[in-house]
Amino acid sequence: MSGTADVAPEATGLSEELIAEHGISPEEYERLLKELGREPSLTELGVFSVMWSEHCSYKSSRVWLKKLPTTGPQVILGPGENAGVVSLGDGQAAVFKMESHNHPSYIEPYQGAATGVGGIMRDVFTMGARPIANMNALRFGSPGHPKTRHLVAGVVSGIGDYGNCMGVPTIGGETNFDPGYNDNILVNAMCVGLVDANRIFKSAAKGVGLPVVYVGSKTGRDGIHGATMASAEFDEDSEEKRPTVQVGDPFTEKLLLEACLELMTKDVIIAIQDMGAAGLTSSSVEMADKGGVGIDLDLDKVPMREEGMTAYEMLLSESQERMLMVLKPGSEPVAQRIFTKWELDFAVIGETTDTGHFVARHNGEVEADIPLPALAHAAPIYERPYEKREALPTIAPDDVQAPPSILSALERLLGSPHLSSRRWIYEQYDHMVMADTVQRPGGDAGVVRVHGTDKGLAVSCDVTPRYCTADPFEGGKQAVAECWRNLTATGAKPLAITDCLNFGNPERPEIMGEFVGAIEGMAEACTILHFPVVSGNVSLYNETNGVAIPPTPAVGGVGLIANIAEMADMSLKADGDVILLLGRETGHLGQSIYMSEMEDRLVGAPPPVDLARERVVGDLARGLIKACTVNSVHDVSDGGLLVAIAEMALAGQRGVDLEAAPEKIPAHAIWFGEDQARYVVTATPDKVDTIVDVAAVYDVPVRVLGTVGGDTMTLSGEAPLPLGMLRAAYEDWLPRFMTQR
Amino acid sequence: MKASVIVFPGSNCDRDAAIALQSVMGAAPKMVWHGDSELPKSDLILLPGGFSYGDYLRSGAMAAHSPVMHEVVRRAKAGTPVLGICNGFQVLTEAGLLPGILMRNATLRFICKDVLLRVERDDTPFAGHYKQDQVVRIPIAHKDGCYFADPGTLYLLENENRVAFRYCEADGAITEAANPNGSSGNIAGIYNNTGTVLGMMPHPERLIDPAQSGTDGAKIFASLVETLH
Repeated sequence: MSGTADVAPEATGLSEELIAEHGISPEEYERLLKELGREPSLTELGVFSVMWSEHCSYKSSRVWLKKLPTTGPQVILGPGENAGVVSLGDGQAAVFKMESHNHPSYIEPYQGAATGVGGIMRDVFTMGARPIANMNALRFGSPGHPKTRHLVAGVVSGIGDYGNCMGVPTIGGETNFDPGYNDNILVNAMCVGLVDANRIFKSAAKGVGLPVVYVGSKTGRDGIHGATMASAEFDEDSEEKRPTVQVGDPFTEKLLLEACLELMTKDVIIAIQDMGAAGLTSSSVEMADKGGVGIDLDLDKVPMREEGMTAYEMLLSESQERMLMVLKPGSEPVAQRIFTKWELDFAVIGETTDTGHFVARHNGEVEADIPLPALAHAAPIYERPYEKREALPTIAPDDVQAPPSILSALERLLGSPHLSSRRWIYEQYDHMVMADTVQRPGGDAGVVRVHGTDKGLAVSCDVTPRYCTADPFEGGKQAVAECWRNLTATGAKPLAITDCLNFGNPERPEIMGEFVGAIEGMAEACTILHFPVVSGNVSLYNETNGVAIPPTPAVGGVGLIANIAEMADMSLKADGDVILLLGRETGHLGQSIYMSEMEDRLVGAPPPVDLARERVVGDLARGLIKACTVNSVHDVSDGGLLVAIAEMALAGQRGVDLEAAPEKIPAHAIWFGEDQARYVVTATPDKVDTIVDVAAVYDVPVRVLGTVGGDTMTLSGEAPLPLGMLRAAYEDWLPRFMTQR
Repeated sequence: MKASVIVFPGSNCDRDAAIALQSVMGAAPKMVWHGDSELPKSDLILLPGGFSYGDYLRSGAMAAHSPVMHEVVRRAKAGTPVLGICNGFQVLTEAGLLPGILMRNATLRFICKDVLLRVERDDTPFAGHYKQDQVVRIPIAHKDGCYFADPGTLYLLENENRVAFRYCEADGAITEAANPNGSSGNIAGIYNNTGTVLGMMPHPERLIDPAQSGTDGAKIFASLVETLH
């Protein structure tokens, strides 16, 4: 049918400038000419530009991503499809992925963040899963930066409006404020879905002569070149890129979700792929390529929102809430009936072919005719040069000043942008819809019940960017370890992660060095913790005028709780309970929140992560939870031990009476050091001996910290700190910041 | 007892409501698609939460004109109990079954959290398992939950004892601080003049099981089953 194409004559002779504007380097253009065997038309150039963009082709990251472990007995499907799949037993599976929407969210925070949420949910329900939990990891600039408040308000509102309308609970996440994100915020959205393990839908369009069906919203001019935009750095004129930001309609997505899941109960879908980045182009290329077939699209059949769109615009539009499906021949009426019921567009816009080409026709002309391998596999792969940075020295506790009062320092830390309550954010997200939320936001992990069972799914998003800046390798390890620890603290068995690797310009060796270091660290942690990567996303070029963001390899993990009756949370439960620390203490203050807040500096090596220790301490904590030996559990992370205890006290609305810190380490390092692989637990006094005995078997040190009771934080030698004052400090900062004029 | 849950395009608490009903009724309610003009014989009609028609135009405004709503209005006027939760409350005001309107929250933001409610009446089919003046904890999740009515209507509601629940403090005090969304008179839910139609912004279907951290919501469904069986 296609073979040699009659390419529109006016499209040849593309200027160097136009090629550069499409983000294609001269070397890449040479490669393109060789692949195509002739000059491309403008439409074809557009198709190449999105398919070969960093965002779609992973050309700078691919060689390194292979280092991540992706297998395990629990893994049903690793990276490569729309999302990863892990088994939950009993024939059930969790489908999940995290994805970035950084560039659009900076330019237009509300729509950028909203469509990020919409996109990640589509990735999940494309595979046949009903989304059951959302999370997000947000990084904003300094609170003092003039744009920060506007960006926080827009992003949070956009995420909320989309997820709330979809009726999927947003059960947690994390938010950082750091000047390193002043000109490039990060919005990483994660979605977890539930599916029967034998009802997973994939994207390979196997078979020739099959109908290609377009469903969902109509196509408009929004989001054209979104993928290309997300593959370049920003400069002063970035605001002008607003037209590349997509516009979301969660109502239509809700209908699309219900219609797709209804159609999936019929046996008619051969392949399905959502139209995300690079819209119709990417979805059709991926489906045809994976199926080993060609694909012919008749663009005249595409449902249009506006008139006069060219083939170029139609192929590159990133209009939201659209899906492409390949159906069994003859099943179109069944499918159409369902989509009509849900008041959605439905159109047969092409068929699979045996040509091995991607062909798009418009107004009777062939606008693009490209061999599929050229788009899907011939994209350049770069082994970019990288430079690793030198390890920083470990800071001794005495090199960081002690505060006049430990409890006053605690109050200051909890009231700081780093550690203050995120309630202002998560109360804008419906975190209870679907009526299965059994741990709400604010704890170590969000937990939803697996509907109709006693099983629980714990979900957590983690990374500590300041550690990654100081040491990408240790930071990469720590991101995975902290996620594993947060899941463990609920009693969950961690299953697998998705990642969202946010970095600057990979063409700079120091940035590539950060990327490589972080990947190597993550790979090591994933291997030792049996916590493989099943899906993910890479977002590079997060920089403006040559200044990159802190390396931010965000990790989103999922864990399984066999019975939610045996679940733990961090709130203190009863007066008289004994508070214990599990894990080793060295008082590591380098790169700590204490150092940042009290001394306004961040120096030295981050806390090292001993992954073997991490596993042992975590297994101990999980075992104690399962045996119902402990009444509450919280991991120790940002801010250190005393912050962890304070968070438990605030969550349980109970005070604590703490013993003095052991003398061999300075007190402020004991209370605020950020040593890894530690948990605070509480138990009734009669259980303490058991805990000590069991911990000895695991070779984990246990220290009694004090007891639960009263309405103050009490530390020997200091004036008690009323819980009410602590709560005010903790709860006030964010709402006050957001309402300041 | 037979119950029907109306499903609009964009409803998203229909399943939660059905489960809450089933847990006390022992049988599944009928799910009725908005485009149906027929409504099964029902002892209770429930309009669930969500974003019917994406809240476009105004929350609940388009759903109020769905084919099935003509029949819902007719049955309600004939005395069939109707419970509208959140978006369902908005639909009931737009359909004219309840007075007033739900405006954008005073904070202009979506709010999802547990709130305390004072039970104003226990003599209706919905509230028999509560005690008057009891304080209960039930979550809200809405952006348009600020109840507003003209002074005459508010006077009538108070005078006819038609307020179902008010946002309150732990001791039952009605204060501005306890009002999450700016509602007139801290009103969280109201009845029609026969006490058979209840619209409320809080979501009782979300707290019916200790695993959800509370069971105060279950009593509404239990009351209905006991009264209507």
